[in-house]
This record gives sequence, structure tokens and C-alpha cells, in this order.
Amino acid sequence: MAERSEEVKLLGMWASPFSRRIEIALTIKGVSYEFSEQDITNKSALLLQLNPVHKMIPVLVHHVKPISESLVILEYIDDTWQNNPILPQDPYEKAMARFWAKFIDEQICVAAMNVVGKTGEEKDAAVEATRDLLKFLEKELVGKDFFGGKNLGFVDIAATLIAFWLMRTEEIVGVKVVPVEIFPEIHRWVKNLLANDVIKKCIPPEDEHLRYIKDRMVKLNIKPA
Amino acid sequence: MTTGEVKLIGAWASPFVMRPRIALNLKSVPYEFLQETFGSKSELLLKSNPAHKKIPVLLHADKPVCESNIIVEYIDETWSSSGPSVLPSHPYDRAMARFWAAYIDEKWFVSLRSFPKAQGEEETKAALAQLEEANAILEKAFIDCSKGKPFFNGDNIGYLDIALGCFLGWLRVTELTGGHKLLDEAKTPSLSKWAERFCNDPAVKPVMPETAKLAEFAKKIFAKPHA
Repeated sequence: MAERSEEVKLLGMWASPFSRRIEIALTIKGVSYEFSEQDITNKSALLLQLNPVHKMIPVLVHHVKPISESLVILEYIDDTWQNNPILPQDPYEKAMARFWAKFIDEQICVAAMNVVGKTGEEKDAAVEATRDLLKFLEKELVGKDFFGGKNLGFVDIAATLIAFWLMRTEEIVGVKVVPVEIFPEIHRWVKNLLANDVIKKCIPPEDEHLRYIKDRMVKLNIKPA
Repeated sequence: MTTGEVKLIGAWASPFVMRPRIALNLKSVPYEFLQETFGSKSELLLKSNPAHKKIPVLLHADKPVCESNIIVEYIDETWSSSGPSVLPSHPYDRAMARFWAAYIDEKWFVSLRSFPKAQGEEETKAALAQLEEANAILEKAFIDCSKGKPFFNGDNIGYLDIALGCFLGWLRVTELTGGHKLLDEAKTPSLSKWAERFCNDPAVKPVMPETAKLAEFAKKIFAKPHA
């Protein structure tokens, strides 16, 4: 029986892309963990205690110590469990992986969220801005099954945000931001993801996920474009 | 591969550029500093960092590495056998260093930058309060990370020291021009003492811009509207 301090606990939320990243990484490493579903509209005392700075999920607890920020957690997981590495070994490749993951969170995610709820010219400009950023990722995929090469890696895990949140919700949001004509590599990559057992296990079930997004949009008074 | 020419595209006044320069100094890695002219971007920069078009960019055997903290990690991993370790060795300590570095860029620096932009007494008070709150958080972070040692990284300066310390020049300029003490010995005693130690570190001194020179530069680039 494992010692209490060895236990891994994840405070997360089933529909959050950031939470799902951690589940993917822990699954790749074969690490068992206790999942604690959090209500982000009514934050628990535990969450506020474990992440007082940002008060957000995901939070990983290992050896009783909490770690926050999804990309920081992914690196911690890779540093702690050395099997099935998520980051490349080569320092240059590693730097590139970190660069693209940061680009996804700080640039693409922000630009994509900016599309939601916009109409007319504003919408067109927001879509164009997002596509300009996605073109960098499109280039990175040429000749590769995944961003990580033959296997899922750090950037693939971060980019599930694009595959299963940005792209999956296009119909609901009413804007086709990532058409296959402009982004054939990204579409090919999504097909590779969907054929992967870890991804199949770790992404939110589609119907439930889409229902949740629809509900949220209604609650936030956002109309599809 | 540690062989191959090292170049750094940057500018003397940029705190982000200071980060890899300190790391290169810690590792005793010689490099060519390619100074960008303020107000324009060189062909080399645009080619090396097409996604952001920003400095710093490290060129190692002509391969570009971008984003200051990512460059620092790259330097630490590439020249791992030279000089002290820039990142801590324990996974949890590494996670804390990365967490706080992200906080510094996303919250603390944003607070610092909003201070000179504040117009009128109300806005200035609010900006000051926000920065003080962020400082208090970092004061605690310093105590947790340093564990009684002189730096966030322990006995020697490291990733997190560099991530925060690079802003000390600009912090001093903001104090001078704003007339407010932003790093207060009374409120954040540990951070204040750390700041002095950091600025006196031999890897930092050669690349920390003089406050007077930086203040003059700031005057030129920030046309502050009169209240």
C-alpha cells in the first residue's frame, strides 16, 4: 500500500482544457491519481488553500505539496516520472517545445477567445488574427504525426486546447476558424490524436462537452455568430 | 552540443534581454551581443523570431531560441557542466521557480508597468496598492524558496532571482520619476536585502544598466502626459 505522501491528487474540472492536460500527462506516465472535481463557480476552501495566488484549477498535489499552472505541472510530472518522456531530451528541441506551448497559451488561446461573441467586421478581424497565429503551428506539423514527432509530446498536450476546444466548438460558436482547406496539417494531426488511446481516454465526451459549452454561452449571454 | 558561436540579439535597456546575459555570465560563455536600434527591428531579428519579432533571441550555431526564460533554461541545460546550476535540481523546487517566474511576468511586472501609466491621485494609489500586494506575495515566496539562504535559488543566483532581478533597474527608475518607494525595506525586508545582493552579483553587475542612463532613456521613450 502506497504511503500517504506518495499519493497524487488532481484538483480539476471535467470540461477544462487545462485540467485535461494534466490527466493526459499522468495517463501517459501510468501514474494513478485521485481526481477531485471542482466547482469553479463556487470555489472550495481546499482550492483556495492550495492555490491562493490564482485560485484556479488545475492543482496537482504530490507529497502533500501543491503545484499550479498547467504547463508548470506538466514539467513537474516529466521531471518526477522519467518513463515515457513528454519533453524532448535535446536542449534545443526542448526549448522549441516550451516556446510553442507558451505560444499556444499566451497567443492562440487569447486570440481564439476573442472571436467568441463578436460579429461582423470585428469577428472577421478576430478570426484572421487567430488564423495568422495558427499558421505557425501548421508549419510545425509538416512531416510529423504529432508535434512531438512519432509520439505525443508536450506541445501536443498543450495543443489539445485547439483540437478539442477551439475546433470542437466551431459549430456552436458559429465560426469556422480552422477550415481544412487552410489547415490540412492540423486536421491530419487531430485525426492522429483521435486514434490515440490516451487521448480517447482523457478528453471530455463530445456530446456532454458541447451541451456544457452551449449552456455556458446562454448563461453568459453570448450569441453564436 | 556546446560548440558553436553564441550570439544574443538584444538591447542594453531591456530587462528581458538581461536574463540570458546573466545566465551566459554565470556559465562563462562568451557571446557576441547584437544590439538592436531602438525603434526599428533588424532583418536578423525578424527572421530569427517571426512569431513575436521580439528580443531577446539567442543564436547558438545560428539556431534561434526565443523567450527570455526559455533561453535561460536552454543555457542552463546546454552548458550544464559549466558554473553553478541555474535551475534548482529538485522537481518541486523547479516547479516553484517556474511558477513564480510566470507570476512575475503575468502579474508583478504588469503591476510595475501600470504604475507610471497611472494618471491622477486615484489611479496612482490603486496602482501602488496593486504593486504592494504583489510585493507582499513575492516577499513570502522569497522566504519559502530561499529557505534561509541569500537567494531564491539558495547560495547562488538562479532562474527565479534572474526572472525578478532583471527588473530592478526599471523599478529604481520608476521610484525616481514617480517619487514613490516601490520596494520598501519596512514592508518587504527580505526582498529589499535580496535586491541589493542581486545587483552586486558579479554575473549581474556588468549588464545592469546605470539608473541615471536608464532614467534618461525612459524620458525619451515614455512621453508622460501632464496631469
